[in-house]
Amino acid sequence: MSHDQDSHHEHKLSFIQKYIFSVDHKVIGIQYGITALVFLFIGFVLMMLMRWQLAYPDQPMPILGSLFPNGMPEGLMSPDFYNELGAMHGTIMIFLGVVPLGVGAFGNYLVPLQVGAPDMAFPKMNAASYWTYFVGGVVMFASFFLAEGGAAQSGWTSYPPLSVLAGEGQTFWLVGMIFLITSSLLGSVNIVVTIIQLRAPGLSFFKLPFHVWAQFVTSFLLLLAFPPLEAAGVLQLMDRVAGTSFFMPSGLVMGETVLDIAGGGNVVLYQHLFWFLAHPEVYVLILPAIGLITEIIATNTRKPLYGYKTIIYAAIFLGFMSFLVWAHHMFMTGMGTVMSDFFQVTTMIISVPSVVILTVLIITLWGSSIRFTLPMHFALAFLPMFAIGGLTGLPLGLTASDIYLHDTYYVIGHFHYVVAPGTLFALFAAVYHWYPKATGRKMSSFWGKMHFWGSFISINFVFFPMLLQGISHLNRRMYNFPLTGEGTTLWDIYPHAASIQDLNVIISIAAWVLGAFQLIFIVNFFLSMKFGKKAGDNPWEATTLEWATPTPPPHGNFLTEPSVYRGPYEYSVPGEEQDFSPQHIPPKPA
Amino acid sequence: MSEALIKYIDTPHPVTGVTNSKLAIWLFLATEVMLFGGLFSAYIILRSGDPSWPHGSEFLDIKLATINTMVLITSSVTMVMAWASLMMKNLSKFRLHMGITIILSFVFLVIKYFEYSHKIHLEYYPKTHNFFGIYYTLTGLHGLHILGGVFVNLYFLITSGKAWREAPTLFTGRVEAAGLYWHFVDLVWIFLFPALYLL
Repeated sequence: MSHDQDSHHEHKLSFIQKYIFSVDHKVIGIQYGITALVFLFIGFVLMMLMRWQLAYPDQPMPILGSLFPNGMPEGLMSPDFYNELGAMHGTIMIFLGVVPLGVGAFGNYLVPLQVGAPDMAFPKMNAASYWTYFVGGVVMFASFFLAEGGAAQSGWTSYPPLSVLAGEGQTFWLVGMIFLITSSLLGSVNIVVTIIQLRAPGLSFFKLPFHVWAQFVTSFLLLLAFPPLEAAGVLQLMDRVAGTSFFMPSGLVMGETVLDIAGGGNVVLYQHLFWFLAHPEVYVLILPAIGLITEIIATNTRKPLYGYKTIIYAAIFLGFMSFLVWAHHMFMTGMGTVMSDFFQVTTMIISVPSVVILTVLIITLWGSSIRFTLPMHFALAFLPMFAIGGLTGLPLGLTASDIYLHDTYYVIGHFHYVVAPGTLFALFAAVYHWYPKATGRKMSSFWGKMHFWGSFISINFVFFPMLLQGISHLNRRMYNFPLTGEGTTLWDIYPHAASIQDLNVIISIAAWVLGAFQLIFIVNFFLSMKFGKKAGDNPWEATTLEWATPTPPPHGNFLTEPSVYRGPYEYSVPGEEQDFSPQHIPPKPA
Repeated sequence: MSEALIKYIDTPHPVTGVTNSKLAIWLFLATEVMLFGGLFSAYIILRSGDPSWPHGSEFLDIKLATINTMVLITSSVTMVMAWASLMMKNLSKFRLHMGITIILSFVFLVIKYFEYSHKIHLEYYPKTHNFFGIYYTLTGLHGLHILGGVFVNLYFLITSGKAWREAPTLFTGRVEAAGLYWHFVDLVWIFLFPALYLL
């Protein structure tokens, strides 16, 4: 490949080279971050539309209804459109929002800085990873407008046979997924190689900030778990395009006619391949978030992390075990009690390292004088929210209680507690925490706290009632409460759930309020670039290497290659002048 | 600018003993193992659940596949010799061996083309039976991997003069990485051949 002759000199780059097709890991990280935030907002808007249908079924939606003439004729949402919104909400939030923000944005921006490297190991591949992700996102989003019959509508899980028989949007979904998988693989190879090969002198593995460890484990999960989903995607694509029957059993009847297929396929096979990815994917969502939270908590408690090695071993064990629990999503497929027992036991085992991690973080708070900075608000809220999310998962991991709770709103409440006030709060904390490094200015603390309290209160009004609805056995993925025109309502079918009908209105209003509070974040994000308070190179008085760079870090990051003399969390070391001892500053001789 | 600063591009890391790209290609091959592992598992499950599954030898041409196996193994040997020629600083020998590797890859693809067209002539389509579905999917995906390897190898052959002049160690490392990939593609076929044709 051609190396520019003048590549050793600083030279002026055009705007496009510098900000669009950049190979600088920091620019790529910011590109990932902004794209992911946009997709998160799009995914949230889809959900806000769905919440109208759930709160006020069969009432035309004012104003916004007229924007979707196909999906919402005269403002009334069609069932197909509801399914499209549901499937695409999940897909966009997970594959285009949270993972690219956690791994793509913060992994890219912070990992080379925290290991003291000038860039990722493969800068061009890094740019390729972002642009592959971008194309995948465009394909997914375009399916709303270009695919005949609208976007994919078989849920984010795309179970066959429904997904094989669905409209053109499902093909867009599969093609988009192949782009996203490729992007993830390129990105995670890059992160692993950077961490193994490019650590600064003196920075041994057990001096790495926990965030780097979290990204390391996450990248291995992505590397090993995504390809089986790619296999499932290829097989499903063959089913749809070439007419094979990999996931289509014999004698399938649709609309009173037997389908003209060879048959002999296996529906559950797809679920196994899918969840072999999708369970590790849960830890792909949560691990970078925990890593970021750990940095923020250590910085703001001014204390060394309690149990640094413990939390690392817990993360490694968590990553390993996450490959052995996938079928707890499939207790209801009739795969047999022996299989169910195995996965029930592994599921109980995997809860142990999660509790270890949470315990480490909580004990770190013990006896410290906490600085209640803006990022710390989100970080502290993360702990109980993640705990609720984790604990509500236990009844789902036990077969006996899962039979009752399966496919109800309880499941939705459970995993949203992990991902929304859990992971997303951690990611917001990280945006506030590292924003001064990327821009040289802090985000407004007042508006940030407004964003925090508004989000924190309203998000609990969204998800806690869902747990109650689920315990009352209200099924998820229901389009209509009540059913139209038949004279019966859903509450006649589900009389036991009638008492929690009104909660739907509360949830929907809370969701819209939550959406309104995100506008504060958006405005704050952009205005602070210009009007935020100026911050120095190390505004939080932190110890890790990214704060040893100029602000914002130039291309190539460090002015001179840093050497590392200390562990990552040396706060309040007795005998030192300051209460933080940066990793790159040698201890004074005694 | 930044690339000049990144270490271990052409020299191995003193502790891990590998260059960045060699580590990366091994990680990439790990993902490939998981991809084909998923597909082979699907094959096993589909086959064990379908009593009408035929023996591969009833429908597939073992003779052509044996020839193809030989072709691929030979190409793996010439690939190693291409890399070894670079290690012995002999560019013209590299070109010869790399050229043979590429020609053999095309021979493989042409034979595969005749196999496919024969099947289609007999009206054995992917939708005829899951056996053919798996056959076309697995060999097709493997064929795409061969095609990808051909492009990479062709690129190295065409640019070899300039690359060798400017950065010989870097170029040798890249050819080695391409070689590792090529051996993997070869290895997949070694599994595909008995799994599809013989069993």
